[in-house]
Amino acid sequence: MTTAQEIAEGQPGSATVNGRARGLAGITSHTTALDWLRGLGLTGAKEGCAEGECGACSVLVARPAIAATGESGAAQATGGTEWVALNACLLPAAGLDGQEVVTAEGLAGGGSAPERLHPVQRELADRGGSQCGYCTPGFVCSMAAEYYRPGRADGSAEAGDPEAGDPEAGDHEAERGATEQGPNGFDLHALGGNLCRCTGYRPIRDAAYALGTPAAGDPLAERRDRPPPAVPATRVSPAPSGSARSSGSTGGGYLRPGSLAEALEILAEHPEATVLAGSTDLGVEVNLRGARPAYLLAVDRLPELRGLAAAGEQIRLGAALSLTEVERLLARRVPLLDDLFWQFGSRLVRNAATLGGNLGTGSPIGDAPPALLALDASLVLASWRDGGVVERVVDLADYFTGYRTTRREPGELITEVVIPLPLAGLTAFHKIAKRRYDDISSVAVGFALDVHGGEVRRARIGLGGVAATPVRARATEEALTGRPWDDRTVAAAAERLAEEGTPLDDHRASARYRAAMLGESLRKLYAEHPDPALPDGALA
Amino acid sequence: MSRLSERPDGAVVGEALPHESATLHVTGLALYTDDLVARTRDCLHAWPVQAPHAHARVTGLRVEPALNEPGVVRVLTAADVPGVNDAGIKEDEPLFPTEVMFHGHAVCWVLAETLEAARRGAERVEVDYRPLPSVVDLRGAIAADSFQGAQPTVQRGDVGAGLARSTHVFGGEIEFAGQEHFYLETHCSLAHVDEAGQVFVQSSTQHPSETQQIVAHVLGLRSHEVTVQCLRMGGGFGGKEMQPHGLAAIAALGATLTGRPVRLRLNRTQDLTMTGKRHGFHASWRVGFDDDGLLQALEATLTSDGGWSLDLSEPVLARALCHVDNAYWVPDIRLTGRIARTHKTSQTAFRGFGGPQGMLVLEDILGRCAPRLGLDPAELRRRNFYVDGQATPYGQPVRHAERLATAWEQVHATGDLAARQEEVARFNADHPHRKRGLAVTPVKFGISFNLTAFNQAGALVHVYKDGSVLINHGGTEMGQGLHTKMLQVAATTLGVPLDTVRLAPTRTDKVPNTSATAASSGADLNGGAVKDACEQIRGRLTEAAAGALGVPPGEVWIRDGVVGAGGTDRTLTWAELVHAVYFARVQLFAAGYYRTEGLHWDSTAMRGSPFKYFAYGVAAAEVEVDGFTGGYRTRRVDIVHDVGDSLSPLVDLGQIEGGFVQGAGWLTLEDLRWDTGDGEGTGRLATQSASTYKLPSFSEMPEVFNVALLERAHEDGAVYGSKAVGEPPLMLAFSVREALRAAVAAFGPPGTSVDLGCPSTPEAVYWAVVAARSHRPEETPRSGPTGADGTRPDEPPPPDPDAPARLPESELAPHLLGGPRADVGEGR
Repeated sequence: MTTAQEIAEGQPGSATVNGRARGLAGITSHTTALDWLRGLGLTGAKEGCAEGECGACSVLVARPAIAATGESGAAQATGGTEWVALNACLLPAAGLDGQEVVTAEGLAGGGSAPERLHPVQRELADRGGSQCGYCTPGFVCSMAAEYYRPGRADGSAEAGDPEAGDPEAGDHEAERGATEQGPNGFDLHALGGNLCRCTGYRPIRDAAYALGTPAAGDPLAERRDRPPPAVPATRVSPAPSGSARSSGSTGGGYLRPGSLAEALEILAEHPEATVLAGSTDLGVEVNLRGARPAYLLAVDRLPELRGLAAAGEQIRLGAALSLTEVERLLARRVPLLDDLFWQFGSRLVRNAATLGGNLGTGSPIGDAPPALLALDASLVLASWRDGGVVERVVDLADYFTGYRTTRREPGELITEVVIPLPLAGLTAFHKIAKRRYDDISSVAVGFALDVHGGEVRRARIGLGGVAATPVRARATEEALTGRPWDDRTVAAAAERLAEEGTPLDDHRASARYRAAMLGESLRKLYAEHPDPALPDGALA
Repeated sequence: MSRLSERPDGAVVGEALPHESATLHVTGLALYTDDLVARTRDCLHAWPVQAPHAHARVTGLRVEPALNEPGVVRVLTAADVPGVNDAGIKEDEPLFPTEVMFHGHAVCWVLAETLEAARRGAERVEVDYRPLPSVVDLRGAIAADSFQGAQPTVQRGDVGAGLARSTHVFGGEIEFAGQEHFYLETHCSLAHVDEAGQVFVQSSTQHPSETQQIVAHVLGLRSHEVTVQCLRMGGGFGGKEMQPHGLAAIAALGATLTGRPVRLRLNRTQDLTMTGKRHGFHASWRVGFDDDGLLQALEATLTSDGGWSLDLSEPVLARALCHVDNAYWVPDIRLTGRIARTHKTSQTAFRGFGGPQGMLVLEDILGRCAPRLGLDPAELRRRNFYVDGQATPYGQPVRHAERLATAWEQVHATGDLAARQEEVARFNADHPHRKRGLAVTPVKFGISFNLTAFNQAGALVHVYKDGSVLINHGGTEMGQGLHTKMLQVAATTLGVPLDTVRLAPTRTDKVPNTSATAASSGADLNGGAVKDACEQIRGRLTEAAAGALGVPPGEVWIRDGVVGAGGTDRTLTWAELVHAVYFARVQLFAAGYYRTEGLHWDSTAMRGSPFKYFAYGVAAAEVEVDGFTGGYRTRRVDIVHDVGDSLSPLVDLGQIEGGFVQGAGWLTLEDLRWDTGDGEGTGRLATQSASTYKLPSFSEMPEVFNVALLERAHEDGAVYGSKAVGEPPLMLAFSVREALRAAVAAFGPPGTSVDLGCPSTPEAVYWAVVAARSHRPEETPRSGPTGADGTRPDEPPPPDPDAPARLPESELAPHLLGGPRADVGEGR
């Protein structure tokens, strides 16, 4: 096991940036990948917001490619590599130990000679895709990740129909939102986490939709066929107290253990440690609110937390899979989650964020809980006791205990999210927010109803943003169950739903609007599905 | 055709070129001010101590605890200022305040070896505050009679007589929000002092000369001891016209006191909480129409929320008053303006500079009144367009008014509006829960600084012995493509290929006394100056070439780097000619100068011709609204916009599209919220990060977006026949808000008049839908002939600028008065 002493003495190694090894020595546990890269003189990646909202810091990171296999759809590493775009402002530099990073400078081979431009850069430059240019390197990296996404050009993408982009395509907002693709398979959601204040986006979209496929000999394309970088056990020492004048740094240690058992053992010894998965929430605390946790325990690469299996009576999702990975592995088998994925943060956020992290923070406005509550999900919590790993299962409906508090005990880790089968026939996830892409919910509602022979047999409704915790709308569920799926039932239940929760006034929405949206959400579901049949592709 | 506007054959202007820095942008190699830090040794980092009160007296300040923090080098306070403790030009913006004027006001600054140490040092500075009463919302300021600066009036005719002769009179009010610039690059300055005491500040500033001026007065230096350079900005939008100065002065002060480079970069939250924004406005109005829907009279009082200091609030207000009319002839008019003083950031320039706010007032009026006049809103707008021979309320003839009609017809034709209106009606009939709306709105925007003195510019052009050309000019590059255009202007005037010309970063020691790169005038002014310098050089070269070729100077031509003449086959290359001219001892560099002719403006009487010309445009937008949520999408936008003869069509297209989307963001999405409660957090900006202040993203881009430049649009009074393009397209976005209004109306019975909150967020749209659904035609207030006493029973009282607490009531704005929005605790 790793001792505190070992942590204190640990030093991270190096990362490969644009093909060149760069030492990580000197970083602290809260040094972001962005600050580290900029300190190397690679100033292409910019800080625009420091909270993963603008994408100006987007860089490419090599990650293991995983795919669903067999009937069960179990997750398995393909042995290859995938280029994933991440917000460098949220990513701890320590997490880059042993990893490979490519920045906008690296895509161009280190120069600005027009003939050396990467195809993504060429298209953006020629089509007026940059004005002030500050957001541009981030767009370049997000766009390049999508350019290299396996299956993009052959249409086997995880999201999207060929008619995507046609505003007439779907009659339902969620369907239309989820499918915005160019003729080359480019999924516009890949750029949903990048903000541009100058162009109005049209030339950037046109650049993305004009991209072809990587040429033979493209080094990043070829890199995909080789094994991904190994993930070493990484340690960064806590800053000594009364630190040197020259550093002026604070913060605790960073530790990336090699196995779940090791992680749990450390957590048992250091219950004060902050568990770090995608860092999309903690990174914001560190950057914007000066959080300097005593210990960071990185669990995002633990193999035991990165499985997915769909078999028998349940689907089991590894808590440290990124949302993007869950989306790809599920391959549209859980329609309710397909409604969720495109509305959960941005692609840049989903590439890092995990279900374990979203549930672990216990936020009342996390978007996964309302959906998972509707799916009747439960959580597997693991801890280290008496020299071994002990697991228990908690229903998600019982998990949240108060504002950002949960039944997870100190020393416990969320290892899996379990969704029981069969799935309900009529499901939807409605997110109410000011902006369609990448916003925080004013209200989020997950619906899972079984309607047979015109009668509601079973109803599960999860709500976010209307109370100190995500909640089930139990009174509404009751008002629906056993009743005909018709105008009258829905009208009465919608009034009931509008009274669930205790919404607040804030800068996102008024309490009155939030309450109204609950009722409207059910009315909308009914209007769109007056006569529900099982959705295509749903697991029966 | 004027000499200024005439284009030679083979002109490089007019070519559609990418941004001159495009390859640097996409490769990440373009340098912005903060990128220089990685290349600067021994740099110190600055962090502010921000006050947690909207209004308070600083009664004590102890910096010692911060100095004990490892890495902290110095804390800058008022006692350190050798010159004037003021960040502005009106002496109402103390750089280190003793009276905190807004929540987040920086009281002092900590310098440290690292940003982390500076942040921790700032946490340890001890400040004692005695809280004072504060006013943080516009209505509160109006009620408290809290105003600042001038209260101008634009007036023509007799508004009372105009209203009396009107057969339909309506009154109402509107309050609408400001806007955060949210340039992706936050404010940044990097200062150092050389061995001779020369201060060099690299700053992300739209106005280097004024940054220089203020750094000098804070440091007690003269201007020639301070140099300011701006490599480029990661967006400006007006937010870097005034706001960089104090920040640059802090960095420069730190550098002079420590002898080390000082970097001051605001993080996003600091930038949002400390720097000014677009002014929100309140307006109360009465308007009169005749039976044909022709505007007869308009009386309005506009009150802007200026924040804690004047900054640019007066010129912003002046431009607002000069743009209420937009594209419409209003015979009798009286517009009064006031600037409220509130305990908020000092609101400042933002693309459009008051123009959008002024125009919004009348566009909102037309949108609300059209159903009550029984007219299609587009028809109402069209009927009221200016025609040639008419003048604005402040007395400037509306030249080229016919372009409004031309652009209007072109948008109708290319946008297929008639057929699409029918399609929208069919869709709406078939869809009870989703409605579409299609609206078309015009823009007329005056170009030039209202303040006549700013309408001048300089340039410095060098031709080196090898024929290469280097141009300097006073304008700054913030993404708008000014440098691209200046390279094209220089290449055109000199007659050389584009790659012969290079452009140097904007510096105050190259071109002095420059105006802000603002008011859309960067290309007009600097283009005139660059052209002047190049013409001087070209004239000398032409003389020399005439001698060499043995022809009269009038016969010489220089095109694409080749020099020839009529009547001879002999040619020289540009480089050969330059080389020869150098040996003939002829000056190969020149300073150029330009001032806009024909402007005059009386800022007291608010009369004159402040604008060189007007830029015109028309936009049609179609939206779809979800009746359950108020959420919406912009399905299609068609624009025809007048840029004169474009200097650089790809650049202009980018300005039009980008301005439009930014305007749509202001009107529909971006939602600045301050804590207006009376608790401890009063005055705190609630939307102080990118996660709470949402700008348009890909999801707000029009799904179909067609932009055309108006053809045959030569502008005689500007460089190479072009027109300014930076600001006017922003206001084309009114079409989106009016389309939302149309879609909302479709949820109600025919003739529903919709009052729509602004920004028209999904929530605002939802409440408007709720109101429209409950709208019964018989509830519509009647409008009829005016009674013998000139009033009607349902008519609100007229606005009275002398009685700010007694605002006229709106019969159309329930949410402003206690309807759906007033009880939501947002205080707006």
